[in-house]
Amino acid sequence: DQLLNRPRSLSGPSGKLTLLCDANTDGSFLVHHFLSFYLKANCKVCFVALIQSFSHYNIVGQKLGVSLTVARECGQLVFLEGLKSSVDVFFRAQAEPHPLQFLREANAENLQPLYEFVREALKPVDDGEAAWRCPVLLVDDLSVLLSLGMGAVAVLDFIHYCRATVCWERKGNIVALVHDSGDTEDEENNILLNGLSHQSHLILRAEGLATGFCRDVHGQLRILWRTPSQPTTQRDQSLTYQYKIQDKSVSFFAKGMSPAVL
Amino acid sequence: MAAVATCGTGAGSTGSVVAAGSKNHVTSFQRRGPRASGSDSSYSRLVSIAGTRPSVRNGQLLVSTGLPALDQLLGGGLAVGTVLLIEEDKYNIYSSLLFKYFLAEGIINGHTLLVASAKEDPADILQELPAPLLDDNFKKDFDEEACNHKTAESNIKMKIAWRYQLLPKMEAGPVSSSRFGHYYDASKKMPQELIEASKWHGFFFPEKSSSTLNIEPCSLTHGYIKLLQFIQNIIYEEGFDGSNPQKKQKNILRIGIQNLGSPLWGDDICCTENGNSHSLTKFLYVLRGLLRTSLSACMITMPTHLIQNKAIISRVTNLSDTVVGLESFIGSERETNPLYKDYHGLIHIRQIPRLNNLIYDVSDVKDLAFKLKRKLFTIEGWRGRSFPNLKI
Repeated sequence: DQLLNRPRSLSGPSGKLTLLCDANTDGSFLVHHFLSFYLKANCKVCFVALIQSFSHYNIVGQKLGVSLTVARECGQLVFLEGLKSSVDVFFRAQAEPHPLQFLREANAENLQPLYEFVREALKPVDDGEAAWRCPVLLVDDLSVLLSLGMGAVAVLDFIHYCRATVCWERKGNIVALVHDSGDTEDEENNILLNGLSHQSHLILRAEGLATGFCRDVHGQLRILWRTPSQPTTQRDQSLTYQYKIQDKSVSFFAKGMSPAVL
Repeated sequence: MAAVATCGTGAGSTGSVVAAGSKNHVTSFQRRGPRASGSDSSYSRLVSIAGTRPSVRNGQLLVSTGLPALDQLLGGGLAVGTVLLIEEDKYNIYSSLLFKYFLAEGIINGHTLLVASAKEDPADILQELPAPLLDDNFKKDFDEEACNHKTAESNIKMKIAWRYQLLPKMEAGPVSSSRFGHYYDASKKMPQELIEASKWHGFFFPEKSSSTLNIEPCSLTHGYIKLLQFIQNIIYEEGFDGSNPQKKQKNILRIGIQNLGSPLWGDDICCTENGNSHSLTKFLYVLRGLLRTSLSACMITMPTHLIQNKAIISRVTNLSDTVVGLESFIGSERETNPLYKDYHGLIHIRQIPRLNNLIYDVSDVKDLAFKLKRKLFTIEGWRGRSFPNLKI
């Protein structure tokens, strides 16, 4: 995964929105990578994990070299476990606003409680000691918010508010995963994906191979660097690699250069 | 096992500190290694549940789906805490058969069952379960079928095991609950005494629909809310989520939901394109949340061929863990096609979860066909006329 990090380091400009996207394949390995990357880099991470349980991320994280339980204990990681919290929210009325409150509501307007949670989680430590480097918000994934009744505009607003706080105010980064539904006519998802693509600085798109399943090449990763705020005087750079996921890492190679073929 | 050996060395001591501080809730994704957080008694308790076995790849606890062939295609079985979604075939013939195999497996293993249906009374469903095959009858039938089976390989080699016949699994004596995965005779009914000895809860929607709602109106349809409350109640009351220290549960709860999404549940996604598009997906999300925090496994059959809005199908797939689609040849032009003459339909493995892992078990054989021959439901790799069929 070094190839992703070479053109972008933490000492460089931060305040970036990275969009992870998967089409016809499972892009969760990218989420695991970024989680372990930012934890190892000593950043304060707020992880909104809506798809899997804490122990799933923990076990994979251990294979990648980080321990989420340790990070959570010492305050480096704030973990919102969507699946577990949803059960609490749904069956028991909560006294105070819960980040996943929209599950109980018929027509939830916006994701404000979730935004408040993120803002609270990433607020700077008061004693002035910068224990951690830049704050990071990681979301896995945004498409599930659409399935839970939020509109695409509400999710885009949420990301907008998070960007204002995390990226601009606190000079942190945001990484979010969105599924690309491809040819199924999921309009809300397309709106969300297009809207985020225009705002992102870096887009990592994992695609299944057009020819179908292959044991040695699991898919193709397209990397696109963008500068959304400036007029595009320079062309956006993009690279394409093919990858194979292994037990503890992912190996990347140029198209057609899989070790199985050579 | 190799899976246990890859655990990191960190967090061993802090893990136990966290467990002592927090509520002792059981997640089905606890590691099966000796350093599992909490006490060793919880480790041995989980391992000794009848009808389960740990996965070779990641130590995840698995239960059988009732079809050993399907278990192997799914990487050893259905993981506890996950949802298996079966996309129904057009006339709901084979999917209801798979549903019954799932429930029958639960009865044989002594698991608690929760059967939910809007179409049939769960008591009637249970009466129609197939009988388990005893060894002497089975061997006779299976020997006639077997052509190119290899010698017995141990269960450890899951990667290549699919090539081999399942015959070795049945060799040790008559049907007993200590075995994982049983065969069923679709032409005979499950003996009444076995059904009566089992513990089951039924949810028949027409009966429950009249009682009042005590939750604020959200976008879930009435039927789904009631079903969720029912499931949550059973899980909590019987201690499957480990929240009640008095009720140490040593069993798995098998949840079977039939025809979810059909109009009988009060959902209109099969009727119109612009129906209530969030009800089903919200239901699945909260259901998965319930499953992840309890010792249960769920099989849902859904008539996806009837859902008008294709976006919902892709969202439902993303929200489920394992998705298997059935396509039967009845009534289609394939029924008379000589290529397909031996089979009753195709089986598509659409999604397999990556649990606790970056990778997952995936079978190399992508074209799979099933047939219900005499009494057995078999799945075979289908390669057309020119290649020999690979029996799974």
